[in-house]
Amino acid sequence: MNENPRNFPPVSTVASSPRHLLWLVLPLIVLVAAVLWLLQTDPLRGFNDGAPPVENLTVERTVLDQDGLRLQVRAGGSEPMTIAQVQVDAAYWQFTQEPAGTISRGDTAWVVIPFPWVLGEAHKVTFVTNTGATFDHEIPVAVPTPKVSGSRLVSQALLGAFVGILPVAIGLLCYPALRGAGRSTMTFLLAMTVGLLAFLLVDTMIEALEFASQSAAVFQGSVMVVLISAVTFMALVAIGRRHGSPTGLALATYIAIGIGLHNFGEGLAIGAAFAAGSAGLGTFLVLGFTLHNITEGIGIAAPILKIRPKLGHFVGLTMLAGGPAVLGIWLGSLAVAPQWTAIALAIGAGAIAQVIVEVTALVGRSESARLDYARILSPAAFGGIAAGLAFMYVTAMLVKI
Amino acid sequence: MLRWAQAALSRRSLLLGGGAATIGAAAICSTKTAAQETHRYHAAAGAPEVAASGPSHQSAHGAMITVGSVDNERNGFHPTKMLTDWYTGIVTDLPDGRKLRTFEITAEDKEIEIAPGVLFPAWTYNGRVPGPALRATEGERLRIVFRNNGSHPHSMHFHGIHAARMDGVPGAGVIAPGDEFVYEFEARPFGCHLYHCHALPLARHIHKGMYGIFVIDPDPARHPENAEVAKSRLLGSPENAEWQEMAMVMNAFDTTFDGENEFYACNTIAHCYAKEPIKVEKSRPVRIYLVNITEFDPINSFHLHGNFFDYFDQGTTLTPTLRTVDLIMQCQAQRGILEFTFKEHEAGLYMFHAHQSEFAELGWMGMFDVVETLS
Repeated sequence: MNENPRNFPPVSTVASSPRHLLWLVLPLIVLVAAVLWLLQTDPLRGFNDGAPPVENLTVERTVLDQDGLRLQVRAGGSEPMTIAQVQVDAAYWQFTQEPAGTISRGDTAWVVIPFPWVLGEAHKVTFVTNTGATFDHEIPVAVPTPKVSGSRLVSQALLGAFVGILPVAIGLLCYPALRGAGRSTMTFLLAMTVGLLAFLLVDTMIEALEFASQSAAVFQGSVMVVLISAVTFMALVAIGRRHGSPTGLALATYIAIGIGLHNFGEGLAIGAAFAAGSAGLGTFLVLGFTLHNITEGIGIAAPILKIRPKLGHFVGLTMLAGGPAVLGIWLGSLAVAPQWTAIALAIGAGAIAQVIVEVTALVGRSESARLDYARILSPAAFGGIAAGLAFMYVTAMLVKI
Repeated sequence: MLRWAQAALSRRSLLLGGGAATIGAAAICSTKTAAQETHRYHAAAGAPEVAASGPSHQSAHGAMITVGSVDNERNGFHPTKMLTDWYTGIVTDLPDGRKLRTFEITAEDKEIEIAPGVLFPAWTYNGRVPGPALRATEGERLRIVFRNNGSHPHSMHFHGIHAARMDGVPGAGVIAPGDEFVYEFEARPFGCHLYHCHALPLARHIHKGMYGIFVIDPDPARHPENAEVAKSRLLGSPENAEWQEMAMVMNAFDTTFDGENEFYACNTIAHCYAKEPIKVEKSRPVRIYLVNITEFDPINSFHLHGNFFDYFDQGTTLTPTLRTVDLIMQCQAQRGILEFTFKEHEAGLYMFHAHQSEFAELGWMGMFDVVETLS
């Protein structure tokens, strides 16, 4: 006989009482006692075989200026660690550390090296700890780390607008042409949105995991990325479905948010490229990037074809989807630590996953319950998904080197 | 999609060289000029505050030096004292009228500080790296009582002339922890030699620190054609007292055990003679017994600033094998004697270092502080 869990009787029929709370206190007491025993008797002493502690050092920020190099390092590993000496390009250099001394597990410190770096050339910094372990950090192209200045912010914003806002706006300009779309065309367009979002989801997730792998071990990068994505996804689904499944302008807004978070991550990467010396992004790269992002605008337009949004809505959606690219470039050029980029991208991935679910639900929805979800399996839907994936894939080639 | 930005870093020539008519390009151009302006300080050696705070002799190398100082007390050996700390053993007479010279050497595991703040789990002879600088005279009977208090099998393999069973290789003098072995042979040929552990794996036992200099002085009576030179080399003779003699062992340490050295030095401590220059009296000639025992690099070298020297390869001749050179190179285990003088020089600091720049920058660099008279 199959049992339905809903039919299970309660384990106890006695109502909760203060006496029952005692049974919560007892496990707590046992736990505290166990911790005290571990700390007092140190039973791990027997495992101490004289091996040096496992050390881990991650460079999170690198700043190059007229005083030389400044690097922010984070200590990982099993014990606190001490930087004893610092090499630059296989030569020992004087350095100062702020704060000085041993770095506690998970803590950061700034290491300042008065090193006369050479513009446009590569340098390698090697940290030697007191156990003789070494940790390398590559500076692929030495250029002065951008400082915040008005003109710089403006030019960066222009680039961000070019690769983030402009393509979304161009995509949305197709709106009038798409308005006359029939049922199948609508299905195709929405499915294409799903396809392009699926591409972005995979891409964003891979990038997030890559940045996570560069961050200090204590952050447990990949788990952090997966958890943050999952939480973002669930939170957005919960918020979005407060008043039923989002459609129309609400759905378009969610799509714009998802794409915007993805573009924010892209902006961070562009900014980081500036900070790390990849100054003149080639023209064809920027154009390819712009082309790649045009589809995003069409995707945003798809759910609002049946309603009549105001001009302000279009502007808002464009800014929501494209604007974060500008913010990303600003932040990225200031050399942010990799875990922050990973977190931003993980949030983006969760947001994109939510939009995929909602747009798929919209494709499946129909006037008659009998036809529900049959449309998801229609040729138009499959064609749309394939077209979305293919377009994103092919245009992504333009920005790959 | 973000990867392109990272990939772009490795293609900077493409990106920087290309027509880059992008919107960001204008901002970048302005920063380039800013960077070039800021590079004016390259002319000065390092940041001003570092140069100003350091001792004057360090300014020659600016900020390019290890930070801090080594606790020589804790190590139990001092690189400056090591230069002249000859271990001559105990000399007794044999029935046939010859001399018997007895050395006692103990192998032990010891953590040593090879650069400020950097600890190395070394294997040592008598608790020091390099091991004691043994010194004997040609023709003597040598007896080396070797005890292994270390955690691994060890031996002493002498570069010299001896029987196969005294060779210090597996089966002939490699002994287990807790054991003792006595090496016995005649001191010959005269010269500047070395000894090292020949237990396996060889490279590990050598780079852990089991080596030392082994000098056999010529017996003047056996070399009438060059008696004066032989006398000057014979430790304890009045002629020898004129010379300023030093034992230098070029070595290196691979702290990450990856087959590449992180620290290079002469007598173990990176930059020790840069931070504490070797005092040299300008009126007296200098003789250096130099041994290369650098592991993982095929050769090492010695270059002297502002001067030239005569070189006796292996020290087995009384006339120079090279005259008037300022640079010699040595394969691992190669060694020799350098002779030079600062008599005609003005007092001051004269650098010496390996002329592989990499070695010098990783610690194998020092100074002679030439003075009128030693106080």
